[in-house]
Amino acid sequence: MRLLTHNMLSSNIKGVTNGFPLRIEVEKVVEKQVDLNPDFLRSMFSKIDWKALVHAARSIGYSELPDEADPSMLDSDDFLRRFHHALLQLHLEEGALICPETGRRFPVNKGIPNMLLHEDEV
Amino acid sequence: MKLKQLEGLVGDLQQFSNPKVELEQYPTGPHIASRMLFTAENSFGDVSNKVVADFGCGCGTLGAAAALLGAEHVIGIDVDSQALEIASLNAEDLELDIDYIQCDIRNLVWKGQAVDTIVMNPPFGTRKRGADMDFLFNALKVASEAVYSLHKTSTRDHVRRAALRDFNASGAEVLCELRYDVPQLYKFHKKKEVDIAVDLWRFVPKK
Repeated sequence: MRLLTHNMLSSNIKGVTNGFPLRIEVEKVVEKQVDLNPDFLRSMFSKIDWKALVHAARSIGYSELPDEADPSMLDSDDFLRRFHHALLQLHLEEGALICPETGRRFPVNKGIPNMLLHEDEV
Repeated sequence: MKLKQLEGLVGDLQQFSNPKVELEQYPTGPHIASRMLFTAENSFGDVSNKVVADFGCGCGTLGAAAALLGAEHVIGIDVDSQALEIASLNAEDLELDIDYIQCDIRNLVWKGQAVDTIVMNPPFGTRKRGADMDFLFNALKVASEAVYSLHKTSTRDHVRRAALRDFNASGAEVLCELRYDVPQLYKFHKKKEVDIAVDLWRFVPKK
């Protein structure tokens, strides 16, 4: 699972109001190369939650993103490279996503988070 | 990529080995899948460089077709772990980078309108009434640009009314009518193969 997917996903337990961002518990991270697409990154920048991305990247061992970012930084190749790497090239392969409100653990196996709920959570 | 090429590639994908009737698992055939994504890309520009989600992805045919047509990020979501396993293998075979999430579409919670385009072949709701409408409702909540979906032609008026009146759609258009061959997968199927008429829809969510 890429951090871009993580950046969209909220805890889905009934009654939870602050389900975003899910905390990450890491067992294994893999890196997969993809071509850098500057136009895509520029259009994604306004849609993603930067703080959540920085935090998620750090929790899987990548701390090259600045704490704060603004659109002017998208002119820098160096910034785009880091943003691209964090958003699209790092994958949480094994581990878990943790609901920030309840602490409920959603396991991630072979890169696939299991967000199925128990009967009493729906 | 040419339509025939796309159809050939998705035609080689592995499909359900033990389809589950309660989930109405029917493979999306290469003919329909390739036309659906080809139209989305070539007539509307809704695929390449976009974030695309495949709701109820099953073995991942539609998502794979989106990735083949240049979607930058593809997410396949399904409730069934066995289907997702096959979908992962299919993506690997085609060397596509696709994210999968195991989740019931009805309980999926996303932050805002996170994806550009949603493509789906929902359960038609013959086993469980309204299943396709649950999918459509949720798709129109999270897509920002467009939702492509298949629904039985016999439900056309109902689908249009629900989408425009209740589901946050500003547009609902039938792009074409297709024949969906339902192979004899389950015991209750008496005929070897039946053809049903389905509509390929394009819905536009309100911003």
